Amino acid sequence: MLSTGNYKGKLIVVEGIDGSGKSTQIDLLHKWLLSKGHSVYFSEWNSSDLVKSTSRMAKEKKMFTPTTFSLMTATDFADRWERYIFPLLKAGGIVLADRYAFTAFARDVARGVDPQWVRSLYSFAPMPDLTLYFRVPLDVAVDRILSSRAKIKYYEAGMDLGLSDNKVTSFRLFQQRVIDEYEKMVDEFGMTVLDGTESVQKEQKIVRQLVTKMLRGWEGLPNPLVRTRRRTAVFN
Amino acid sequence: MHSVEFYGAGFPYHPIKELEGKLIVLEGTDGVGRSTQIQLLRRWLEDEGYAVSDTGLHRSPLTQVGLEAAKNGHTLSPLTMSLFYATDFADRLENQIIPALKAGFVVLSDRYFFSIIARDIVRGADPDRARAIYGFALKPDLVIYMRSDVDSLVARLVHGRGFDYWESGMDIRCADNIYDSFVIYQGKLIEQFEKMSDEFGFVSVDATRPVQAVFNDLKAQVKGLFERLPD
Repeated sequence: MLSTGNYKGKLIVVEGIDGSGKSTQIDLLHKWLLSKGHSVYFSEWNSSDLVKSTSRMAKEKKMFTPTTFSLMTATDFADRWERYIFPLLKAGGIVLADRYAFTAFARDVARGVDPQWVRSLYSFAPMPDLTLYFRVPLDVAVDRILSSRAKIKYYEAGMDLGLSDNKVTSFRLFQQRVIDEYEKMVDEFGMTVLDGTESVQKEQKIVRQLVTKMLRGWEGLPNPLVRTRRRTAVFN
Repeated sequence: MHSVEFYGAGFPYHPIKELEGKLIVLEGTDGVGRSTQIQLLRRWLEDEGYAVSDTGLHRSPLTQVGLEAAKNGHTLSPLTMSLFYATDFADRLENQIIPALKAGFVVLSDRYFFSIIARDIVRGADPDRARAIYGFALKPDLVIYMRSDVDSLVARLVHGRGFDYWESGMDIRCADNIYDSFVIYQGKLIEQFEKMSDEFGFVSVDATRPVQAVFNDLKAQVKGLFERLPD
């Protein structure tokens, strides 16, 4: 479904349900890669300025249907893709994505859209060089979310599906559907599965090992600031 | 009542078994006289006792503000534009067109997704990919393609509203001035409509003739539809 990439850079993606620990891991990975002298760009799901106002209004007024939700998300991704992700990959940078097309495949199908249709919306997006899927039991993720956040939002909880009038119950039911979709994709897209219940530090060690292995023998775009320091060191 | 068909999977979370109304689409490039014909059709159909909705004409409440802002800033690249317009179309289809059809209205739609696909492809989109996006789209009961040529379009615009930035494809700079860009861009759009004609079963009407002659043809097509699909 996804195309093959034509670029020098490397694309690393983390996936998993809310509360799976993926954002913590990619943040640590980001800092580590920067310290190693790489040129790294980080991109977050649903963060395009172009669609922000539309999306916010639609969420407030509960205007989305599963189809328009899916299309709006794809628009957001396309904007980030064309503006930042693709040019940076072409330039030879490392792009870290907190969620990628797989999030849309999981959530939108959990909302009831056709699996093939949503895949076709992202057919321009390449298969990442590394996709880390943080597998975590529903209860663990829900506990993390409930203890760390003030409140779950309407669409996050899948309230638009009418699964339950209770937000937490709806959230649980919706997230279980999302997990089911992720599990189906592990083989389809060759995701690397990580145990999201491990300690942060232990998990980060595995993440770094996987990334090191993937980057072996690859020469990307160096970070000019770090290169200057290295040269100085050589001349001394 | 008649069966409901989609170009792809439709809306699996919200199955629609039947729709009482009829969806009639007028397609064709910019400045071909669609809105004039829709007004005439509407008046005629209402005289005949049909409830008519031309709700498909306007931008959707969901995307109106965002799309206008993006267009004014010229910040839309082709892929993003294609998906943003698809969002707009889906919102109108689900929240305006389908409810009107359920209520038994004759919906006159000024364009459908065919125009969007044509614009996408002229801007470099892959034709199959552009079509696949619209798997949710309802198949209209009748699609009338108002066929014209670039010379006739130019004549209409010179005597009408003049050349528009987007209608001239200036975002992709087909030429260094708006007139030449318009000629090239509209020629490419017409090419795409011709390609879609058989595939999507367009009924072609020569739109370069006087308004009344075109209207008589449209009326005949709509009458034919009502005879084929009695209510």
